[in-house]
Amino acid sequence: MNRALYPLFAFIVLVVFLAIGLTKDPRKLPSPFIGKAAPTFTLPLLHDQEKIFAPEYMQGKVWILNVWASWCVSCRAEHKVLNALVSNNKVNLVGLNYKDEVTDARRWLSSYGDPYQLSVSDVEGVVGIDWGVYGVPETFIMDKKGIVRLKHTGPVTHKDVSEKIIPLIKQLEKES
Amino acid sequence: MRFLMIVLASFFLLNSTSYAAVELKEFESPQQEQRYKNIIAELRCLVCQNQNLADSDAGLAQDLRKQVYKMLKEGQSDKEILDFMVTRYGDFVLYRPPFKASTFFLWVGPFIIFAIGLFVLFRIIRQRKKFVAATLTDNDKEKLKQLLDEDKEQAK
Repeated sequence: MNRALYPLFAFIVLVVFLAIGLTKDPRKLPSPFIGKAAPTFTLPLLHDQEKIFAPEYMQGKVWILNVWASWCVSCRAEHKVLNALVSNNKVNLVGLNYKDEVTDARRWLSSYGDPYQLSVSDVEGVVGIDWGVYGVPETFIMDKKGIVRLKHTGPVTHKDVSEKIIPLIKQLEKES
Repeated sequence: MRFLMIVLASFFLLNSTSYAAVELKEFESPQQEQRYKNIIAELRCLVCQNQNLADSDAGLAQDLRKQVYKMLKEGQSDKEILDFMVTRYGDFVLYRPPFKASTFFLWVGPFIIFAIGLFVLFRIIRQRKKFVAATLTDNDKEKLKQLLDEDKEQAK
C-alpha cells in the first residue's frame, strides 16, 4: 500500500460523510411527542366560534391533526392530497388553523375544498407552541388512547399517505 | 433644492417607521432583563435553524420570545422555561444540548479527532528522526561536524 494514498483515503471518508449529510433534511427533527399523550387544548371551531373542540372528544378514535394556514404556501400543495385522502379512506381528520384570520381561513376552505371533519382556530398560535409546531403544515396521528404516534413536518405527499399514513392508521385501528 | 430636501426628509421618516418593530419589553429588575436575554440567546429558532431566538425575526421566534417573557413575569425559573421548550421542541431547541448517549460524538468527537491528529503528528516526527539518524554514517557525521566548525570560524 502506497503511503501517499493515505490523504486520498481520508478525503474519500470525508466526502462519504458529507454526502450522507446532504441527503438528510435538517427540517425533519425528532419529535419529543411520539409515544406521549397529545397536549390538550380547548379552541373554538372555525365555522362556528360558539362551539368548542378538545382532543378528549376523539378518545377511542384514531385521528389526524393537520396544522394549516391560509398564508402557508405549501399547505396548498398538500391540500389536494388531504382531499384525496378523505374521499378515498375513512379517516378522522381535524384541522388546526394556525395563526390565521378566521375570514381568510373560511374563504380558503370554500375555494379549495374542505377535507376536515372540523377545523379549530388558533389565532394566537398558543396551541401551536404546546404542540411544538415550528413549520406549517404539520401532521400528527393519535391512537385510540390519545397518544401521539406520528409527526410529519412539511406537506404530506401521496407517497406519504400510501406508505406511512394509511398503513399506520390501519394498524392503530386494530389496537384496542 | 427644497424639493430634494423634502424627498430626503420623507425618506428618512419612512425609514424610521421600519425600525419601530423593535420589541419594547418592561422588566422588574435589570437581573430579570439579563435572565431574559440569556434565555433567548440559549434557545434556537426552529424556523431559521442557525439563529437563536434573540437574533431571529421569524414569527415563531417572536411568539417564543413572548412565551419566555410571560413565564419570566410569572416567576418561573430559567430551568422551568428551558424544560418547557425542550418538552415541546426537543433537545434541538437548546444551543448547548445535554450530554447523552445520542450526543456523545457531538461533545467528544472533536477531542477524539484532535487526539488522532496528535498521535499521527508524533509518529511522523519520530520517523523523521530515525530516518535522519539512520542515513548518516559515522564518516558523514565527522564531515558534517567539520563543515559546521568551519562555518563558525568564518563567522568570527
